[in-house]
Amino acid sequence: MEGHLNLTLKIWRQKNANTAGKFETYQVSGISTDMSFLEMIDVLNNRLIQEGDDPVAFDHDCREGICGMCSMYINGRPHGPNRGVTTCQLHMRSFQDGETITVEPWRASAFPVIKDLVVNRSSFDRIIAAGGFISVNTGNAQDANNLPIAKDDADEAFAAAACIGCGACVAACKNASAMLFTSAKISQLALLPQGKAEASKRAQAMVAQMDEEGFGACSNTGACEAECPKGISLENIARMNREYFSATFSSK
Amino acid sequence: MTKLDAKIPEGNLAEKWTKFRSSVSLVNPANKRSLEIIVVGSGLAGASAAASLAELGYKVKVFCFQDSPRRAHSIAAQGGINAAKNYQNDGDSVYRLFYDTIKGGDYRAREANVHRLAEVSGSIIDQCVAQGVPFAREYGGLLSNRSFGGTQVQRTFYAAGQTGQQLLLGAYSALQRQVGMGNVKLYTRHEMLDVVTIDGKARGIIARDSVTGALERHFGHAVLLCTGGYGNVFYLSTNAMGSNVTAAWKAHKKGAFFANPCYTQIHPTCIPVSGDHQSKLTLMSESLRNDGRIWVPKKQNDTRKANEIAEDERDYYLERRYPAFGNLVPRDIASRAAKERCDAGYGVGASKMAVYLDYAAAIIRYGKGEANKNNMHNPSDDEIQAMGKAVVKEKYGNLFDMYKQITGEDPYEVPMRIYPAVHYTMGGLWVDYNLMTTVPGLYALGEANFSDHGANRLGASALMQGLADGYFVIPYTIGAYLASEIRTPAMSTDSEDFVAAEKAVRERLETLMNIKGNKPVDYFHKRLGKIMWDECGMARSEEGLKASIKEIQALQKEFWSDVKIPGEIDNLNPELEKAGRVADFLELGELMCIDALDRNESCGGHFRTEYQTEDGEALRDDENYAYVAAWEFAGPSKFNLHKEELKYENIKIAQRSYK
Amino acid sequence: MAWLAKSLNSSLGKKLLMAITGLFLISFLVIHCGLNATIFLNDGGVSFNEGAEFMGTNPIIRTMEIVLFGGLLLHIFDGLRLWLDNKKKRPVAYAVVDGAANSKWYSRSMGLLGTLLLLFLIIHLKHFWYFSRLTDGLESRTLFAEMQSVFTNPWVVIVYVLGCISLGYHLLHGFQSAFQTLGWNHPKYTPTIKMIGAIYAIVISAVFAAMPIAFYFNLIH
Repeated sequence: MEGHLNLTLKIWRQKNANTAGKFETYQVSGISTDMSFLEMIDVLNNRLIQEGDDPVAFDHDCREGICGMCSMYINGRPHGPNRGVTTCQLHMRSFQDGETITVEPWRASAFPVIKDLVVNRSSFDRIIAAGGFISVNTGNAQDANNLPIAKDDADEAFAAAACIGCGACVAACKNASAMLFTSAKISQLALLPQGKAEASKRAQAMVAQMDEEGFGACSNTGACEAECPKGISLENIARMNREYFSATFSSK
Repeated sequence: MTKLDAKIPEGNLAEKWTKFRSSVSLVNPANKRSLEIIVVGSGLAGASAAASLAELGYKVKVFCFQDSPRRAHSIAAQGGINAAKNYQNDGDSVYRLFYDTIKGGDYRAREANVHRLAEVSGSIIDQCVAQGVPFAREYGGLLSNRSFGGTQVQRTFYAAGQTGQQLLLGAYSALQRQVGMGNVKLYTRHEMLDVVTIDGKARGIIARDSVTGALERHFGHAVLLCTGGYGNVFYLSTNAMGSNVTAAWKAHKKGAFFANPCYTQIHPTCIPVSGDHQSKLTLMSESLRNDGRIWVPKKQNDTRKANEIAEDERDYYLERRYPAFGNLVPRDIASRAAKERCDAGYGVGASKMAVYLDYAAAIIRYGKGEANKNNMHNPSDDEIQAMGKAVVKEKYGNLFDMYKQITGEDPYEVPMRIYPAVHYTMGGLWVDYNLMTTVPGLYALGEANFSDHGANRLGASALMQGLADGYFVIPYTIGAYLASEIRTPAMSTDSEDFVAAEKAVRERLETLMNIKGNKPVDYFHKRLGKIMWDECGMARSEEGLKASIKEIQALQKEFWSDVKIPGEIDNLNPELEKAGRVADFLELGELMCIDALDRNESCGGHFRTEYQTEDGEALRDDENYAYVAAWEFAGPSKFNLHKEELKYENIKIAQRSYK
Repeated sequence: MAWLAKSLNSSLGKKLLMAITGLFLISFLVIHCGLNATIFLNDGGVSFNEGAEFMGTNPIIRTMEIVLFGGLLLHIFDGLRLWLDNKKKRPVAYAVVDGAANSKWYSRSMGLLGTLLLLFLIIHLKHFWYFSRLTDGLESRTLFAEMQSVFTNPWVVIVYVLGCISLGYHLLHGFQSAFQTLGWNHPKYTPTIKMIGAIYAIVISAVFAAMPIAFYFNLIH
């Protein structure tokens, strides 16, 4: 049943990448429990506009949990208190009346803040550009059914490919490591016969790019897996390690 | 009235594309290196086109307003992608896919384009598999297919409920590969704000860097708009928040004709609006109609809970009206029927603007089936329920979870509430067979063009069209134009035309910032959305359309005098971006109503209440309206109509019936 | 060999080094713990002293001792390097972190636990390794007798027990983490590895902790 909440919001405000930021406190009232978290921020923003203030900048697009654009660190957790959802799928019924909610941007040197809660995640694009693909030009493909792939492998590749590139893994990791993201792509392609041809080169190039972007190492705490809205498994990191070490020792 | 030349190749339908490909002008590899192409938008059409053109050797620049090309809204497509592979040996063929698409489009699509689409559909699947797209497979390791609305064969390839995501990530990986190789330069968080034309040809764009607010001039020998549809003109739709018409609309104002703007697809199974705070709508896959039964109470304004309403007090209106297809009638028909019931006062839920999609019967049916399979005699009701729910969970678990997440209600226990929502726009920039708009050198691909779906799109066809355009059509057809451009050197962006275009964009942005009115952008967007939904949505009437044109014009004036945009022009300013988009939606909305008013018939997603049969079905007028309405911009609120006659030489036009 | 250096200096390489040295130290602990546990035979330290004598004189063991110190130093050095590297990856800290919601505290505190262990190790080496290897103390009394004497001080016993608790938690995460880093994550075997790791961590730290306690309360003669 719909209820209404009064909340205190502590939100990180930062004008741009070159200015220091700080928390601002806002009160919002009459928030419907049927609202999504982003709709609650919409309410705040429309009020700020009316009052002549700059609204809170935040990334969002599809608002159905698949584009990976929304990226809020809510009460100490990426995408807030619920597991398996993005911020846009988080609804206000997950909060209590009178609660104070702290909202921060993803924090990582590889994800510099652009404004308020908006961060630059182009490092992820560069990791993919380094090797997250199969080198097949348009028109080069054989008939799709010429290459049977065991259902288990296809399913496992799909599970890894479900990554939406939101960066919650980096945000959750105490080392701001991008291993879960990078390994998901390496795994997807390593599991498929099409991807085997350049598996060794791919693992080395993507890991090198990941390091160059300034992501941390893995401490195997499992925080990334627990916070991933798509449930990407730690098994992918293990597979990446295998791929990388075997590439290191067997490549010529 | 001018005659539009669609440049359809001569010859038999089935040979047109092959002959075209074999005779189209080519550009030699050395010349390709000095030809520059701008691609705006990075969804299925944009990413696939950019990657394929870069592979051929062209110099490509890609622009997207999101922070990464992978965010484009193609990613949200759930169901699947059609291809005439006939892997199931069930009688599918290129012709059958072509025929289904033309028929599904209610005979308002161009034959030659649709046939080409069907021809290349198989290659798309091959290409995607080669890229590592993890399509669903059978235990034998071969690809799995399922059936979809409007067809009688199994030709839909899918990756769970995330087909769009997997296809987009495949195209994105091909694109990023070219970025890594230096063949594509990527401009993220950049919004195209105008097309630059020089001597009548498209020669570049003006883009705004969203982070710094800086305006940039970019030259291209050709410009490809792959910017998606304009469903957000309705404010609430299943589109992403950022989806907009701005790029297409700027092109329209620079001379590109806008075709069939009134053709919009309303999807019947969406989660209903919960209140005024609602910012967007979420689609529930069409596949739910396979097992769910749709009903409303027989009594008007019934306030009882669903479970308290007895079986004989329920109206399964789709089964009642369409006994042959029942709950599986096409999207447009299911949507209109839901609206009809709600308008008549039979709606359910707090808003009364919803109908029930009930799984209780399916749970019992599956539960009994399981009991039989397990040789259980006299299973208890609880056991049947438990086993039935397990089967439903296996088939639709992720959708049920999504519903519960959004509404807070458990669909295993109470029926889901659903209502139609704007989902896709079949209209778009008019393009010829080569996908070129009426501006030479300016192309439109994917949902941004109008070409393949007629008045109604079939499920699993949008992904097919976006990738067909990008992977297999534009790489050939663009040669027809660029072969004559090899002597044109890259132009300086300091030329008069570029400077003037940038100045106009800057002035418009400054004007918006300086209005300093009283109302936020969303206020206007919501009002426009309400007008469009009420009068140019699922049902349209002459009277309503005429009134809404006036209302929209008044709203345009109010917007330009009373909108309030906070922040700065030279910083990240989402409100300023939104304002520019809503200003364009306000003009497009007017054109949509004008187009809907012009079309005195009902077809596909366009239903005029004056044109229906006695029992409330759509009444098409093939004699007078078998044309594409291509609108030319002729100044504020002035649009000239050009008609492209649709000739059906290979298909016999028939009435659609689902009774 | 540039390729090897490059790989070992990558984020994955550093972890590989950590895992290999960690597993090596884990295997050493088995021997150390097994040997020391002979005190519980209550034979007046006869078996224990025999073992200590063997370990202190056998040339292979003595060589391995150098390797052991090398592994230990590498583990410490690499851990320090990772800690310093990782610290730089988040220059602005979060105001609120709800770590308990997604991970175990000890998995996030390996650096801290390792530092505590290092401090404990310095004390421990001073007590016994320094005594047996670098002084001529063994000529006047046995290692067993030295243990009896050291563990009469209640503060020493407390420090040892705390050291063993740190060790337990360090191993609880470190054991399975090493396998994960080496790429050994498989739905069939990982639960078993995790279980063995937990048993190992608890048994090793409990047996070690029991020693000073037992001496202090005169349970061993």
